[in-house]
Amino acid sequence: MSLQQATGKKLAVAREYETVSEIKGPLLIVEGVSDAAYDEIVEVELPNGEIRRGRVLETSTNYAVVQVFEGTTGIPVTGTKVRFLARTLEIKVSDEMLGRIFNALGEPIDGGPPIVSGVWRDVNGDPLNPAARNYPEDFIQTGISAIDGMNTLVRGQKLPIFSGSGLPHNMLAAQIARQATVRREGEEFAVVFAAIGIMYDEFLFFKRFFEETGALKRTAMFVTLADDPPMLRLVTPRAALTLAEHLAFDLGMHVLVILTDMTNYCEALREISAAREEVPGRQGYPGYMYSDLASIYERAGRAIGKKGSITQMPILTMPNDDITHPIPDLTGYITEGQIVLSRELWNRGIYPPINVLMSLSRLMKEGIGPGKTREDHANVSDQLYAAYARAQELRQLATIVGEESLSEVDRKYLRFAEAFEQKFLKQGFYENRSIEETLEIAWEVLSILPESELFKIKDEYIKKYHPKYRKKTQNQQKKS
Amino acid sequence: MPVVGRIIRIAGPLVVADNMTGAKMFEMVEVGEERLIGEIIRITGDKAYIQVYESTTGLRPGEPVYGTGSPLSVELGPGLLGQIYDGIQRPLSLIRDITGSIFVKRGIKVPAIDRKKKWHFKPNTSIKPGDKLEPGDILGVVQETSLIEHRIMVPPDVHGVLEWLAPEGEYTVEDTIAVLTVPGKGKVELKMLQKWPVRKPRPVKEKLEAVEPLITGMRVIDTMFPIAKGGTAAIPGPFGSGKTVTLHSLAKWSAAKVVIYIGCGERGNEMTEALIKFPKYKDPWTGKPLLERTILIANTSNMPVAAREASIYTGVTIAEYYRDMGYDVLLVADSTSRWAEALREISGRLEEMPAEEGFPSYLASRLAEFYSRAGRAYLLGRPPRVGSVTIVGAVSPPGGDFTEPVTANTKRFIRVFWALDASLAYSRHYPAINWITSYSAYVDLVAKWWHEHIDPRWKEYRDEAYRILMREDELKEIVKLIGTEGLSEKDKLVLEVARLIREGFLQQNAFDPIDCFATPQKQWAQLMTIIDFYRLALRLVEQGIPVAKIKERLAIKLRNFVIKSRFEIPNDKVEEIYKLREELLNELNKILEEHLKGGSKT
Ligand SMILES: Nc1ncnc2c1ncn2[C@@H]1O[C@H](COP(=O)(O)OP(=O)(O)OP(=O)(O)O)[C@@H](O)[C@H]1O
Ligand SMILES: [Mg+2]
Repeated sequence: MSLQQATGKKLAVAREYETVSEIKGPLLIVEGVSDAAYDEIVEVELPNGEIRRGRVLETSTNYAVVQVFEGTTGIPVTGTKVRFLARTLEIKVSDEMLGRIFNALGEPIDGGPPIVSGVWRDVNGDPLNPAARNYPEDFIQTGISAIDGMNTLVRGQKLPIFSGSGLPHNMLAAQIARQATVRREGEEFAVVFAAIGIMYDEFLFFKRFFEETGALKRTAMFVTLADDPPMLRLVTPRAALTLAEHLAFDLGMHVLVILTDMTNYCEALREISAAREEVPGRQGYPGYMYSDLASIYERAGRAIGKKGSITQMPILTMPNDDITHPIPDLTGYITEGQIVLSRELWNRGIYPPINVLMSLSRLMKEGIGPGKTREDHANVSDQLYAAYARAQELRQLATIVGEESLSEVDRKYLRFAEAFEQKFLKQGFYENRSIEETLEIAWEVLSILPESELFKIKDEYIKKYHPKYRKKTQNQQKKS
Repeated sequence: MPVVGRIIRIAGPLVVADNMTGAKMFEMVEVGEERLIGEIIRITGDKAYIQVYESTTGLRPGEPVYGTGSPLSVELGPGLLGQIYDGIQRPLSLIRDITGSIFVKRGIKVPAIDRKKKWHFKPNTSIKPGDKLEPGDILGVVQETSLIEHRIMVPPDVHGVLEWLAPEGEYTVEDTIAVLTVPGKGKVELKMLQKWPVRKPRPVKEKLEAVEPLITGMRVIDTMFPIAKGGTAAIPGPFGSGKTVTLHSLAKWSAAKVVIYIGCGERGNEMTEALIKFPKYKDPWTGKPLLERTILIANTSNMPVAAREASIYTGVTIAEYYRDMGYDVLLVADSTSRWAEALREISGRLEEMPAEEGFPSYLASRLAEFYSRAGRAYLLGRPPRVGSVTIVGAVSPPGGDFTEPVTANTKRFIRVFWALDASLAYSRHYPAINWITSYSAYVDLVAKWWHEHIDPRWKEYRDEAYRILMREDELKEIVKLIGTEGLSEKDKLVLEVARLIREGFLQQNAFDPIDCFATPQKQWAQLMTIIDFYRLALRLVEQGIPVAKIKERLAIKLRNFVIKSRFEIPNDKVEEIYKLREELLNELNKILEEHLKGGSKT
């Protein structure tokens, strides 16, 4: 949407000023500007001819505050020209972009040809009308037991990975991207990948991975690396999501969006807030970070009358592994659950090191059950949670009072936890388990516990799926 | 004449205009050539500071600002029920249909209440021309949905002599249905469509005390931490602990006549869920589709932040309007923290002096104003009637820390506190309402109702269950030092029964078709079974029978009781719970008999 369309009125064409009066962090104050539009895009021309871009953060009858995406390093107060371009930040999007690599502003950086066809879209998008959404409910099999069995992902969900530095979140995201399918449809996801301030080697990991799995041709990558100007990070996820919306809602594709690392995004947000001397919220992050993150994360889902969908998987590293840090905290308040990685499990050699107790999929209930996964799925998952939580408590107790002072039943819980971690959680990077296999393993580890401890599973499912009874019925069947 | 000013500054949702002399505080204005909706929140000299309820992208200094002369108001009348509105009462389903877009574009103006739809109006037969009418007098009724009779009232600020009352027939909300001669004003035409400023509470004759529980069907609420009709409750908790699920359950099952659900700065899908599912669920009290008694207000987290601030007031004003008809209204707000953050954001843009954590110093008074709009009241008008607004607000404390300003201040103004707990949620104990830190000031008050309607032993049993849970909490500390084996047999029994209370009573799966809603009768049967089991088992223990033995004999039966009473026995088959109770008690008695018989042997 151009500014003209957005505002339904004629704007002056580009206006140029040479009146920069102050430079503050990533901000330019331009004096004598009386008609800059809020959010208008500007071009900054340095005396040496270099062009940078920015946008209007505040405007008044005698000045405008401009945020420069590429940073202000090297910009002199005198001799710098600022052109107001009479439009908002737009990128051109089309399905031609699949298989290609772009910078934050949607310009190809892979040496390939420019994108020819396409439509221009404002990177900020518009909020989806809640009355036009469709509720996500299609089970995505990721082949990972801890996810499929206990934190089921559905198409159109926003489910982040909360990780810590050095933990295998990239591996996990890659494995999910490779294995994710909606069964009975088999249609592959288009992948939109946004690298936000990550290191070059991480970017390479993903690029190689997409190449090797043959996924590259259905993947578009938007890349801002750690050494790129930080303000660009604020644009990268928005550009990626603008393409995703086009693919999903105009072209009917199912899109998986991976955003990594949102912690870097938030850092940039804090930087600009500090430069504007705003009243800081918790730990220096701006008070509006919740709304700002929501304007990214909410760009996911399904819509009435549209075939496509956007499934979002943001990745973030929790500073000091602290889940109460504002970045994971505000993210968790917006997304539809979270997959939390545990350093403790990782150190014990368990991949994927998913802390299931802290993880959650809020849309799970819609994606599972008869016709989708299996009738006993919800009960089995609830029971695994309850039993593993109890086992964790008992483990702690055992370290204090000794295992021998636990009751026999309690000791069974300890054995259950061990089996749960080694058999259910742990799996290979290339191991792709069907949901039936996942539930099979779940029953196997649950059968370590006495039946009278299974408070969450209805009798009919116990009779049907518990290994004890199943062996019996199998034997009977053999006999007859 | 409303003023016309000129924009001089734009910073996000805040616009400053000059030339605004004559504008009033909280006046609604139209900003820019696109006439975006805004509200004046500060005036200095001829400058007005305006919070704009739509995206300000593309707005420029020099564009006009039009005053409207009136404060931000909501439209009231038949046609509200079943709708989904944004924070300033724009109908989102209609906007979807009109624009044909899945996105909300700005600058769209659609009236909140359908102007064309005809309603069947039945005049009040007990009034006639010549009668003196007062504010709140009922002029007639319209069957708004199969559940709700919409009572058309004389507005709170109008009184006079009835000149003409429309005969029974079909009318739009803009047709005149009555004419009054108002002293000093002459003839005034009344329509079904009325307006009321959102920031001004609608008047009542007299505020009354709460007397009755608002039954919600959730055991931990109704039995442990009850809410009263006209009461106030907060439900704080970290992300993912179950605030929204609990509020959805309240909206679905509670015995309110009308429900206002405000999604204030939360997820789009949660509103969609309500919109899609509520028509499919039946109100357990009437068997009618739930959406017929519900109004949804959705200002999701990605919608303009200023409208989030307004959404709370829009919602509570509509709630008061239905209360004024004589109904018990439930308003749930998810989440008041996002509303407080909207206040903070606007306050920051105004460069006001921040108080705690950047929130404005008036945070507490705004919270107080909001919760004060709850209550049971003797209403204006005839026939005389009583109605109530119950308010339940979710609170989303950063990092789950309940000492932060919004939680701390909210606690001052509410009477029920359902504290959600991350560790309960992690172990999937749902609802994750922590029984140690939660409280309700209404327990004694609602006991009367339970004793009259369900069983006179309710309070005694409820308190006993509560004591067992408290004792469990103490014992857990001891167990951490010495292990379970070091406990006395009586204490071991307490631990077993506490577990039974947690698994079989406190926990309730909101998504299970049977477990999700328990009538007071069912709750009582479950509670009684557990407590009677405890009492008899205690006698066994006193006779020297070890808890391990009781467990060995009853483990499967107890598990069955939990599974059956929660997931298999519906509300209309409560007698089956009593059967399970009999079986449990019989088995205990058998153990006792065997023990007494073989007493010499062991
Ligand atoms: N009573 C319940 N029965 C079953 N599941 C529940 C119940 N309460 C909560 N849950 C589970 O917990 C999840 C999170 O609950 P909910 O969305 O209500 O959290 P919240 O406190 O509103 O979080 P946020 O602050 O992030 O919005 C749900 O998706 C559901 O899986
Ligand atoms: Mg919620």
